[in-house]
Amino acid sequence: MASVVMVYICVIGAIGMLVGMALLLGRAIIGPTFYDRALAVNSFGTKAVLFLCLFSLIIGRPDGVDIAILYALMNFIATVAILKFFRYRALDVPLAKRPERKTTRKGGRNG
Amino acid sequence: MAEAKHDAASHAAAPLPWTEIFEWAQALLSGGLILTGAFFVIAGAIGILRMPDFYTRIHAAGMTDTMGAEFILLGLIIQSGFTQTSLKLLLIAFFLFITSPTATHAIAHAAHLSGLKPKLGPYQAPDLDDIGKGDGS
Amino acid sequence: MKYALILGVTLAAYWLTLSGYFHKPLILFFGVMSVLFTLGLSARMKILDKETVPYVYIPKTLSYFVWLFNEVVKANVAVAKAVLSPELKISPSMIKVPTHQDTDIGKTMFANSITLTPGTVSVDMEEDGVLVHALLAEMANPDDFTEMGERSGWAVGEAIDISEPKTNG
Repeated sequence: MASVVMVYICVIGAIGMLVGMALLLGRAIIGPTFYDRALAVNSFGTKAVLFLCLFSLIIGRPDGVDIAILYALMNFIATVAILKFFRYRALDVPLAKRPERKTTRKGGRNG
Repeated sequence: MAEAKHDAASHAAAPLPWTEIFEWAQALLSGGLILTGAFFVIAGAIGILRMPDFYTRIHAAGMTDTMGAEFILLGLIIQSGFTQTSLKLLLIAFFLFITSPTATHAIAHAAHLSGLKPKLGPYQAPDLDDIGKGDGS
Repeated sequence: MKYALILGVTLAAYWLTLSGYFHKPLILFFGVMSVLFTLGLSARMKILDKETVPYVYIPKTLSYFVWLFNEVVKANVAVAKAVLSPELKISPSMIKVPTHQDTDIGKTMFANSITLTPGTVSVDMEEDGVLVHALLAEMANPDDFTEMGERSGWAVGEAIDISEPKTNG
């Protein structure tokens, strides 16, 4: 009985995630600036992770949680990569200026 | 089956059905956490849609990322008990806890560097008809 | 060596959590090999130091997170009220919060805590402070961040004097 109630609550939560994702899609479509869209997509990814967790526990197959882990990591990397690309128009740029190394590597510059 | 056991227990004045009480406590606790988290997630989504300005939308997204995500994951951890699944869920909660402020800061910093000016000063929603239209920069 | 050992144990625990295999020798062997491969790569990159394996910060950071979670819940309720009220009364403002942390990790912890609390987002790191965008008027007071700065610096093992702003040289 308790588990049945639990499944219903999870279904309610999953429907809530879907509603939130629909609202965020609206922001991603009408967002006036590029950063609004990036923010909406990032938040959409978080909700997708939560939806995956809830859904995989509803259908009783916890393997979906693995996919959720992967999605959480990929979401972060994708956000940073998209922002970096739209700032520099290339991914081959260091994000922070590296401090100058005191020691030169063996056989580095002079070779 | 659970109901039958409960009836038998009440008729025969047997000791309290601790397993069932524990299950219900687990279900109520995790259910409350999941519903609270879902409420905050939807509030964050509504906020992203309603806010007038990019910088104010970030705050609504932060609401989703912190309280919504952590509470839902905490509820699922309590629900699944001490298993491999709950460890994985704990990992997801940890990743989100670490990466969500970083991603938020990355977006805000990129917008700040690109010269997007925030709207400052007190603000009130103009009218219900204008919600969601948004306006440039 | 200590860092390599702790990183290896952590990676092994991570692998076991994700895979869940305890009884298949071949796959366990692959797991051990991948842990050793990662350790070798990190040793070759010379990143086995306090910053990559921050195990010394863990106890204080956990107790800091408990405090921070309380703050996050309070700020969440405030922001949710502001968002869901029909008239949407907000007053966004940009303030500069001075940082009193000495180390980079202390500053990072502080800025991350600010961002993690809904209603305040750290927009830019400057030499002597963090540029913070605040959503509500009651969150836009730089003095309110003093306790958070103190605690976040304490969490990463700093002894901070927060009585006066540090003049950065």
